Amino acid sequence: MNLGPHADFIVAAYAVTIFVVAALVAWVVLDYSAQRRVLGDLEESGITRRSQRKAGR
Amino acid sequence: MPVIDLANPTRFLTIVNRALPWLITVTTILFVVGLFYAMNAPDDYQQGAAVKIMFVHVPAAWLGMLGWGLMSVAALGTLVWRHPLADVAGKAAAPIGAAFTFICLVTGSLWGRPTWGTYWVWDARLTSMLVLLILYFGVLALYWTAEEPGRGARAAAILSLVGAVNLPIIKFSVDWWNTLHQPASVFRIGGSTIDPALLIPLLIMALAFTLLFATLQLAVMRNEILRRRVRTMRLMQAQELAGAT
Repeated sequence: MNLGPHADFIVAAYAVTIFVVAALVAWVVLDYSAQRRVLGDLEESGITRRSQRKAGR
Repeated sequence: MPVIDLANPTRFLTIVNRALPWLITVTTILFVVGLFYAMNAPDDYQQGAAVKIMFVHVPAAWLGMLGWGLMSVAALGTLVWRHPLADVAGKAAAPIGAAFTFICLVTGSLWGRPTWGTYWVWDARLTSMLVLLILYFGVLALYWTAEEPGRGARAAAILSLVGAVNLPIIKFSVDWWNTLHQPASVFRIGGSTIDPALLIPLLIMALAFTLLFATLQLAVMRNEILRRRVRTMRLMQAQELAGAT
């Protein structure tokens, strides 16, 4: 594949796209594990939501 | 299952947890196929290989606008029907839409230099797209800086509805004003003006990016629901502590 005289522009455009999408995916994955961890800690300390209490009745 | 059942966050989370692995798989496959076709697409007779930038620039532009459209519909849900997931959907769409608008502006600029001879001009299409990115930053600022989430959500919903005025301006800017940016060439009356050898990879990449948007949207909504549960439980913990003293 020959990208010709404008190869730098093409590579830069794809690199920016990959970087931004990768940053979004990383943020989503890290945020998910952080929220799961905090929820787990709260539940371990005995805090339950009202809906969970009703379900447990 | 009735659609109204999706209003229940717990049921919504169950559906999202089932859907995400499938969405991730299909999105990945579509990107592999799309990139294969994109990299093997013929050069444009005027632009040469620089036309390959189109395969990321155009889908990013569509999704930047789709994100704001989604936020506008969610804003109606927040302000009119107070749907429990509407604000979650609007808040989730904002960073994703902003990211795609940013990609559109940067890749457009990188495409403009070899084809137009300049990175940027203040023409109607480019300027209205930049306004969209600034509006996204405004909504994100409202969500992230509001002390009370409900108040931030209402302000963001109002800005989303007001900012929706910019969507037809972006779309028709190339028809209403004399712009350096080319007019619509894919979805237009009379059919696409792009050769199928370039159009097919573009549509595959557009579908891949759209599924990526949907995947991210659902994943961010899931995170937001969990974040709200954490907030509720922390408030309950604080109340219990206050009651004990």
